[in-house]
Amino acid sequence: MEAIGNAGSAIGILAKDGVVLVGEKKVTSKLLQTSTSTEKMYKIDDHVACAVAGIMSDANILINTARVQAQRYTFAYQEPMPVEQLVQSLCDTKQGYTQFGGLRPFGVSFLFAGWDKNYRFQLYMSDPSGNYGGWKAAAIGANNQAAQSMLKQDYKDDITREEAVKLVLKVLSKTMDSTSLTSEKLELAEVFLLPSGKVKYQICSPESLSKLLVKVGVTQPATETA
Amino acid sequence: MECVFGLVGNGFSILVADTSAVHSILVHKSNEDKIMVLDSHKLIAASGESGDRVQFTEFIQKNVSLYQFRNGIPLTTAAAANFTRGELATALRKSPYMVNILMAGFDKETGPSLYYLDYIATLHKVDKAAFGLVVAPPNFVIKIVDKDGAREHAWRETVKHETTAPPSA
Repeated sequence: MEAIGNAGSAIGILAKDGVVLVGEKKVTSKLLQTSTSTEKMYKIDDHVACAVAGIMSDANILINTARVQAQRYTFAYQEPMPVEQLVQSLCDTKQGYTQFGGLRPFGVSFLFAGWDKNYRFQLYMSDPSGNYGGWKAAAIGANNQAAQSMLKQDYKDDITREEAVKLVLKVLSKTMDSTSLTSEKLELAEVFLLPSGKVKYQICSPESLSKLLVKVGVTQPATETA
Repeated sequence: MECVFGLVGNGFSILVADTSAVHSILVHKSNEDKIMVLDSHKLIAASGESGDRVQFTEFIQKNVSLYQFRNGIPLTTAAAANFTRGELATALRKSPYMVNILMAGFDKETGPSLYYLDYIATLHKVDKAAFGLVVAPPNFVIKIVDKDGAREHAWRETVKHETTAPPSA
């Protein structure tokens, strides 16, 4: 629980035509090279993605089991795994580590964004104890309470994906410790339906993210030089 | 000879099975039910070794309802058929079940459907299928459906066709 409070935060919003996830990358050192373009967003299956806050080594284990579970389901039933079942199976694993002595629980919180044919778009939040719940908007990691209360104020039902992106960036810019929001410190991912009806998981590129930040008005174009 | 067949019509699918329990030349009984209800929108009909047939279809039925209990949502017919195929295929290399299965179901999104699954775990989504009948001369179910096409027929019409055999083509 302690580790999650210090970790870079992640926020998710459920919109009527998609789910938006945004994560704050903690820049620990200038010398540290970011190995991948994403370090908080993970695709679990074609229709589910998650954002992480907490101990990354623990998270990698859980993400791996989640991916295996999703593929096992598709193998058995030849159709994508319902999102809640995936979340539940992962939380069962998490819960197991709180039950017995000698083992340390997984120090991770997740935000899951997904789509399935029964309940359409969904957003779930889970904590290290193995509790999970479906949310319209949720925040994990540093300052999650402040973010949560801002979301509560500004969220409206039948919000569109575009509005959700704006809201999520606004909330993150206000709850982050650092003053200016740049594309290096952020990750944005969306789950939505293509016109063909296929589920699409899309990570926003740094370039378009920079443009978006300016458009939303969180960053001034001039500050790029700093 | 055992006889199990089924077809998909306009807004429905139907399964038919004989009721004989035959062993060699002996007919043990003539009121054996070979069609089982999986859930509110799924039926499974099976032919084959009678012990295997009961064991396997009950196993599938119990698993389908366990899924529904656990997850609150029913399996689609496609998922149930693929699950059944998987179970039959894994058993095939260990202790195989001698069963041929037809699974009929109705789903909100996909409408009526029929799945053919034989004892070596071949799965096909079909509009008409039959087990245990002589295939040549041409299987009579296929003949009826091929001639007029069951999809265009209302339920009553299909039943009428069953009673009045079409003239041979």
